[in-house]
Amino acid sequence: MQTSNLINWQPDRSKFPDQLADGSFKVDLSSGKYVKIWHGPNHPGVTGNMSLELTLCGDEVMDAKTHVGYLHRGFEKLFERRKFIQCFPTVIRMCVAEPDYNEYNYAAAIEELSGIKIPEAAKWLRMLALEMSRLQTLLRIVPGQGGTTGLGIGVQWGVYLRDLILDRFEELTGGRIYHMYMLPGGVRGLLPDGFRKRMEENLKEIDDFVQRIDRVQYQNAVFKKRTKGIAVIPPEWVDQYGITGPNARAAGFNRDVRKDYPYLNYDQLDFEVNTDNFSDIYNRSRLRWRDLQQTVDLIRQIMDKIPDKGDFKAKTPNVLHWKIEKGETYIRSESSRGEYGYYVVSDGSEYPRRINLRGPSYIHAVSLLERLLKGANIADIGAIMVSLQSCPPEIER
Amino acid sequence: MNTTIEETLTSLESRFELKDIKQQRGDLVFVTVKKEQLISLLTHMRDNENFTHFVMLSVVDWIEDGVFQLSYILNNPEKHVDIVFRCMIERENASMESAHHLWKQVATYQRELYEMYGIDFPGSPRVHESFILEGWDDIPPMRREFDTKKYSEDTYFPRPGRESKDPKEHMKNKLYPDADK
Amino acid sequence: MESQNNNNNNQEKFRDPNLDKRTVISPDGQQIEVDPLQDYFEQARPQVHKPASKVIEKFLNWARAESLWVLGFGTGCGSIEIPPLTTPRFDAYRFGVAMRPTPRQSSVFIISGYLSVKTLKRAIRSYEQMQNPKYVIGLGSCTINGGMYWDSYNTINRLDYYMPVDNYVAGCMPRPEAILAAFESLKKRIKEGRADGANKYAEHFDWYKANQKKVIKDWNMPDYNW
Repeated sequence: MQTSNLINWQPDRSKFPDQLADGSFKVDLSSGKYVKIWHGPNHPGVTGNMSLELTLCGDEVMDAKTHVGYLHRGFEKLFERRKFIQCFPTVIRMCVAEPDYNEYNYAAAIEELSGIKIPEAAKWLRMLALEMSRLQTLLRIVPGQGGTTGLGIGVQWGVYLRDLILDRFEELTGGRIYHMYMLPGGVRGLLPDGFRKRMEENLKEIDDFVQRIDRVQYQNAVFKKRTKGIAVIPPEWVDQYGITGPNARAAGFNRDVRKDYPYLNYDQLDFEVNTDNFSDIYNRSRLRWRDLQQTVDLIRQIMDKIPDKGDFKAKTPNVLHWKIEKGETYIRSESSRGEYGYYVVSDGSEYPRRINLRGPSYIHAVSLLERLLKGANIADIGAIMVSLQSCPPEIER
Repeated sequence: MNTTIEETLTSLESRFELKDIKQQRGDLVFVTVKKEQLISLLTHMRDNENFTHFVMLSVVDWIEDGVFQLSYILNNPEKHVDIVFRCMIERENASMESAHHLWKQVATYQRELYEMYGIDFPGSPRVHESFILEGWDDIPPMRREFDTKKYSEDTYFPRPGRESKDPKEHMKNKLYPDADK
Repeated sequence: MESQNNNNNNQEKFRDPNLDKRTVISPDGQQIEVDPLQDYFEQARPQVHKPASKVIEKFLNWARAESLWVLGFGTGCGSIEIPPLTTPRFDAYRFGVAMRPTPRQSSVFIISGYLSVKTLKRAIRSYEQMQNPKYVIGLGSCTINGGMYWDSYNTINRLDYYMPVDNYVAGCMPRPEAILAAFESLKKRIKEGRADGANKYAEHFDWYKANQKKVIKDWNMPDYNW
């Protein structure tokens, strides 16, 4: 009798205000029923350095406002003072978690504006670096989803494996986090000796990890209970908010920049876009787990096709006074979070007129997060933020 | 040119005034439109031409001409084509009609542009709240007349010893000191 | 001259309305006037702590050096190297270094990279909330002289003008091994009794506050609805 009561327990909602059609609640702060708290920036449950201003009723969020700007460095202003080649080490610091997409987008924009064609080897090496970058992010974010619900073991495995990938990056480019590998015109070097063998060893370990994390995290009853059916993104929001990447794909949209606008040599690879039909936390995270497997597969395919010899850098003008013709372009690529774009405008001088970044988190962590948090439980905020994979530095630059 | 873009532009030309059509790539076209027609154009694109994905709103500061160039990048996710609508507005007392009712994320972009460039979007939600900066008391920092180096040197106690050299001059003096002779 | 005037007009025009004085009503109905430009923390000055005796202080310093509790506040991009530091590969726990979620429990503040003005305000508040003795490690070139962002209008150039720094780690970004070396060097300093940043902060409180005030114009505290 006692247990069945517990199972059929329904919360008493009479004290909570009703949710309006647009998701908001009518809140009267002077009634004393509500409390306003700040979540972050110094909070372990917030992804990166950002904060949320929450209005709570009990443990439910009535209203949420995102506050960003803690990481604002004014990059787009600094580019006014830097020449095109000086911008190159600066752009990659726009997003610390996944810097290679900045490198690629910037280099591709410069090449398009100045009409440079890059050699075949450079294309494959760029793809390798991009996929390795995606792999290291996913190794952090897939177990990180478990970490937000109190499952710490996956994080320990994931960060260790991510370190192995960072070692390969160090071998390939010389840097652990910031690589500065994809110079405008090509890349900085070919594969080192024995790289394929060591990479394959690491990938084998990751294959093993993929199976382990499936058993530990995705088959875990607590994890399922905490994440299924929470923070659902309905399909009609995808275009209303401009959602891209795994968050949109989990809602059933077959949109992947690598397939739709094939850049580099992605049209020569064999892969299917992962989609799902219901975008809640569990499915979004599960989709990233499938992306992780796909990325490992893609790296194997790419490594088979990379030429060992050959030209890896096209001839460019003297970079110290490289004038780029007047023009503008928009370059996009598929990062692990979604569509990553660069809008580059040149006015014909040695300095860029405008470089603007379109980061997926600009949408996911501001307008979408504010909407998703309305009516959410305060204990789920960390899980929601990680499932959207928000990355504050690309919001404020 | 991509047939989808061609068809779209032909159908647009009968209704709106398009200038400076420039094709950058097969799937990317830049078009300049008039300020008054922009919002109705965006609505038309979203509802009738299937350009449902709003990519970004950006601004370029052409201080020499005294104009801001607003760039609205729209994407057709079915046909995989982009059209960028450029719209020139005056720099003095810059103001633009808000598009926040068309896509939800536009309000965020407009908040940023008000703070960084001083472009007002009347009616956009929370547009006058500070978004990134806190306690900023100078002109909006992304405007080109704002000198970031001078501001930084005046405010943030630069550590002595940093020399900046013009790379062109420096390399020339270092590598080819006799080049001019 | 005219451009100067124009500038001032602009400053008036774009002035943030949040910086005006405002009245807040407390739950008791009391009216409190809040001035966002005033730093209310300043009213409680920190005190200099004199060591009791040399022997006890030596013992305490040994104890302090062997359990460094780090505030988990990732202020900049250097925070991406903190997870590798605390997981099995580099395992900072074996040196007695542990991460804490709140400033009240921690003794080391790692400023992981550039500080924007908005974060600097929070960092100073966190630093003032930490218990004595407290140590600061500046991570990355950007805390030393501004690094890549030396000419940016929103990031500070020298961290030691705003809070006393015990150790700097150079690099962009520093590797986990470098951070471990910084901990070792900090331990050495503490054991020698040279890491007295908290006392330095109390002694030169006015100088630090003046520097902070030059940068942070808005000391506004978040409005809580009690």
